[in-house]
Amino acid sequence: MNDAPKNVAEPDEATRTWWEATREHRLVVQVCGDCGHAQHPPRTLCTGCGRTDTLGHHDSDGTGVVDACTVVMRAPDADHEAPYVVARVRLPEGVILLSNIVTDDPHAVRIGDPVTVSWQPLDDGRALPVFRPVFTPQEN
Amino acid sequence: MTVAIVGAAECDLGSTGLSILGLQTQAITRALADAGLSLADVDGIATTSVARFSATSLAEHLGIQPAWTDSTFAGGSAYEMFVARAAQAIEAGQCHTVVISYASNQRSAKSRSLGGVYEAHTPEAQFEQPYGPLYPASYYAMAAGQYLHKYGASREDLAEVAVAAREQALLNPRAFRYDAGPLTVDDVLGAKPLSTPLTVADCCLVTDGGGAIVLTSLERARDLPKPPVLVLGYGESTTNASMTAVDDLTVTGAVASGAAAFARAGLTPADVDVAQLYDSFTITVLLSLEALGFCAPGEAGDLVRSRGLPLNTSGGGLSYCHPGQFGVLLLVEAVRQLRGECGDRQVADAEVALAHGTGGILSTHATVLLGVDR
Ligand SMILES: [Zn+2]
Repeated sequence: MNDAPKNVAEPDEATRTWWEATREHRLVVQVCGDCGHAQHPPRTLCTGCGRTDTLGHHDSDGTGVVDACTVVMRAPDADHEAPYVVARVRLPEGVILLSNIVTDDPHAVRIGDPVTVSWQPLDDGRALPVFRPVFTPQEN
Repeated sequence: MTVAIVGAAECDLGSTGLSILGLQTQAITRALADAGLSLADVDGIATTSVARFSATSLAEHLGIQPAWTDSTFAGGSAYEMFVARAAQAIEAGQCHTVVISYASNQRSAKSRSLGGVYEAHTPEAQFEQPYGPLYPASYYAMAAGQYLHKYGASREDLAEVAVAAREQALLNPRAFRYDAGPLTVDDVLGAKPLSTPLTVADCCLVTDGGGAIVLTSLERARDLPKPPVLVLGYGESTTNASMTAVDDLTVTGAVASGAAAFARAGLTPADVDVAQLYDSFTITVLLSLEALGFCAPGEAGDLVRSRGLPLNTSGGGLSYCHPGQFGVLLLVEAVRQLRGECGDRQVADAEVALAHGTGGILSTHATVLLGVDR
């Protein structure tokens, strides 16, 4: 298990909307209103079409799939306690987020596992999105 | 092409207790001596990681005012990129003799950190650092996980890269692990886990060290003491800064950099007699072998196990030396192989060598093809 950090670097004009949504536990994805391209992290231009005046955010449904994962066995700083899972989570919009998979069994997490968003509070009122495994009933 | 490498050398390696500029000076003066040239001949400098103004600081330290410099910071692949830029500058007549160099005292100075360095104003500080990835190890670990998943490759396939590197290091008296004895697959699998599936034995060394190479026109090179090593081709590709930009971690920028280098040289992978591939981690070698076209996707484990391609003959970053950025030492070893200077580890009749640098988190890729003067 990992303890969440209490502080995260300040947002800027490109990322403020994304972080403000976390205060309401909404996971948003930046989408271009012109070409429909979704991108992460948020930017001040669309990497699909190059426009700078058509970017908005839409609410994602909080689900995702593990695209790649690793169990960190030696923590890099005091905010984290090994072992814990660092993963790339692919959202339905196609964008990939780096995150943690919060679970009691880190070595059981696999590529392709369905996950759902969970929130860890930050000191300034923002929240850090992490993911938890979605347990599906065993088929027999 | 019309540019050649005429000098190559290492500085002291291992745990030196020396300064970065002191190690740079060793590498450069030794490479110039190897070339039969002096500092008075040098009018181009390419280097990084000396200071914020790297080439500027190094030039002043050496007491020269170069007509051309490059301090492109691209991690370990910068030195292969520098070969391209230096060749272009020499061919264009902007300068005549270029030194490409790098040195680090990271082992003595204990300056390496597991989590890497995040700059607070970058997107990665907001969107990656909070999750505690090891930088760069966790990214390579995720790439390794995808590779094993996609191809059904085995953990042993990764370990074999480290085993092969150790075999070479036992033939290289300058290797950090020269006296360490052989490494087995079980040793690698049983080493301390770092970021699964990688153990510490899948990761490059943390040592002091560095090197330098000297380039000039082929016309001039033919009058110098050592046989010229020709720059035959080069290519590069820059793909990502973050851990989430690349869609498939098993397909790297080495596909594009390698294709460009082979096309420029008019060669194919089958023409390469010896390859020096940046082995930051064992997975890096498997991905690079496939991307460069030495084998089909998913087959690099078999290629390494067969020892069918002379590879990382110095012992590589895994067992010879890894001073934070290994790119220049790939070039030094490639030059020595083409000159036939490698003693017990010499590849017989090596006429074409490939050096492939990788920087950051599979972020930057640069391929150089070198050949003997025929
Ligand atoms: Zn767009």
